[in-house]
Amino acid sequence: MENDPDSKSSRRSFLQKLGFSGAGVLSAPLVLSSCQNNPDKGGASTLKVLTQDNHLVEIDSASIRPVADKAEREYLQKKGREGMPGKKFVMVIDLSRCKNERACMKSCQNAHQLKPEQHHINVLEMHDEANGLSYYMPKPCQHCDNPPCVSVCPVDATFKRQDGIVLVDNERCIGCRFCIAACPYSARTFNWTEPRDAEKYKDISYNMELNVPQKKGTVTKCAFSADRVRKGQLPYCVSACPNGVYYFGDANEDLVTNGTTRETVRLSSLLKDNFAYTLMPELGTKPSVYYLPPRKPGA
Amino acid sequence: MESLKKKESARIDSELLAHVNWSRSSKIWIAFLLLVFAVCLYYYIQQIKNGLGVTGLNDFISWGIYISNFVFFVAASLIGMLISSVLGLAGVKWIKPISRIAEILAVAFALVAGLVIITDMGRPDRLHHILLFGRIQSPIVWDISVVITYVMLSLLLLYLPLIPDLNVCKDKCCGIPAFQRKIYKVLSLGWTHTPEQYQLIKKFTRILMVLIIPVALAIHTVTSWLFALTLRAGWDSPIFGPYFVSGAFVTGSAAVIIAMYFYRRNFGLKDYITEEHFDKMGKLLVLVALVYVYFNINEILVPAFKLKSGEAEHLSSMLTGHDSLMFWMVQIGGLILPFLLLLIKRMRRPLPVTIISVVILLGAWFKRYLIVVPIQQHPYLPIQNVPEEFMYYRPTLAEIAITCGSFVLVLLIVTILSKLFPVVSIWEIKEELDHEN
Ligand code: SF4
Repeated sequence: MENDPDSKSSRRSFLQKLGFSGAGVLSAPLVLSSCQNNPDKGGASTLKVLTQDNHLVEIDSASIRPVADKAEREYLQKKGREGMPGKKFVMVIDLSRCKNERACMKSCQNAHQLKPEQHHINVLEMHDEANGLSYYMPKPCQHCDNPPCVSVCPVDATFKRQDGIVLVDNERCIGCRFCIAACPYSARTFNWTEPRDAEKYKDISYNMELNVPQKKGTVTKCAFSADRVRKGQLPYCVSACPNGVYYFGDANEDLVTNGTTRETVRLSSLLKDNFAYTLMPELGTKPSVYYLPPRKPGA
Repeated sequence: MESLKKKESARIDSELLAHVNWSRSSKIWIAFLLLVFAVCLYYYIQQIKNGLGVTGLNDFISWGIYISNFVFFVAASLIGMLISSVLGLAGVKWIKPISRIAEILAVAFALVAGLVIITDMGRPDRLHHILLFGRIQSPIVWDISVVITYVMLSLLLLYLPLIPDLNVCKDKCCGIPAFQRKIYKVLSLGWTHTPEQYQLIKKFTRILMVLIIPVALAIHTVTSWLFALTLRAGWDSPIFGPYFVSGAFVTGSAAVIIAMYFYRRNFGLKDYITEEHFDKMGKLLVLVALVYVYFNINEILVPAFKLKSGEAEHLSSMLTGHDSLMFWMVQIGGLILPFLLLLIKRMRRPLPVTIISVVILLGAWFKRYLIVVPIQQHPYLPIQNVPEEFMYYRPTLAEIAITCGSFVLVLLIVTILSKLFPVVSIWEIKEELDHEN
């Protein structure tokens, strides 16, 4: 995430936007009391807030007032936990197109406040000895329909939403790491020490769908970019890839969109025509991430 | 018992109460333990401040010696159930003088096991979340509930048969502060040595003995399920429950033998804890070790024969690769060899059997390490794009210190309990003598 060096005027217009967007303000813990800077109260101290499109901006602390934010936190929590009704999100990863550019990894780590060794999505170098084939395999959380991490969590800090997304609530996680032990895809990572840029994110209200700010001593993992998906956008990794590796969409609609070409195709035929598979189906986890083989059949 | 027959009742009292005081040496020992504990505590405070990053754990090997140590402590605590309950209910007479020792160890290990699991938490400040948001489906919640139940039952099983002795302590202990005497008085609940009271104690002790058996089996079975209920090759094993329980008896028997040796020497209990007891405990150890070897063969040979794709890598690293040295030392040095030695009668004399028990206990600790750690080094998908150190796990100084701290705490609890109460049950010894005469 880039820290926009806002000029005064753009900040002003941003503040107005924020003011008009009504319920959207709920994503910040603080609500503006007015859209104007109040010169009497001194502009010396500033505060950082996260805008709806995930830009970190600094605003004058005099222009905002804390809200009795319990209700709003509860609203955010509820929204994050329930997910979007009627949806079933899926991802398709076309291995034949992956060139190990890792734009997905970078944009993911920036969005989710991750250190270089922490991966929500990790591009692995795979060797298929039987076929003498080497290929690159991006591996996000598989958002299983039978998720082993969810079954073992003692406090419901990791849970499955109605739209198929598995999320982590890092305000509830006790850091037992049972979910890490249980996950056969090694999809989870832990904040062993203070998270990256902890200072910068200190005052930001917790957004469960983005899982930011990260907290020391809690677990984190790929969220299928639930925050972007709610706004009708494609996940960070999907839109960052320059090679058209990723498709993302809703299985109920049977449509997925390619993040690079923006081409929308029928999910069922994409899977069928390309001999799609899931990782380790024998474990019975029922992943929501499908892979298209690294080499096109007959190619 | 032969040597006791000639002893008068008053003499038995004074001999068994001789260690219930705060002698100079015991004070020095406790002060030493406290000092070491304080150092270990310092490291734990560091861990709280800086996070679990002070350990050698990482995203792939995320359970290390804290969890292995937890498994070890739960295992050791099971011995209370085997000796006092199973053998007690079966009417085995020779366990009378050592059943309280087994109970003391059970209480200490189970209590500290509960604390060890907290040291492994990334957010110990959120412990109450388990009460607020606990999910009954999670094996961790089962584990916490059974461990707490087991601690409670073991405390009761330690306390109930102690009541008559507390009354004796109150009257006959010398050189103890007045408030301690008062504590004895309160705890002895107005005991007057009437036959009805003895009847009651025996009845309720029996009930407790029965209750504690399923709970003890549950604590270790559930502990094994923390691993067996995952999909990881190597943990995903249906025999983990009995495998862990049989291993627990080996660990616990060894711990009891070591404790017996120290009590016998330092508390002047030669006539009560006799050579015969060591011989018998040695034989018990042979029996439980045999069962454990059997489970080991099942647990290792069966997958090693098939070499399924997920398990092959981890098995070959264990049998011939990175962890093979520790593996074979534990299996041969810590289990097979001691087992063979104990078949020889001379090896079951107090000193040799104690030394063998120390070796077994050490092996048992590393065995838990081998169950917990190496499997995580071989996940299904390769470990990539992370620092080199993530491939293998090496505990840090802080981690080792905190683990040592848990052992020191066990020693502290055992020391304080055995300085407060007679470690051999006075009334049960006397009753046994009455029967024989
Ligand atoms: S580490 Fe957190 S999310 Fe994972 S099982 Fe434990 S409490 Fe649940």
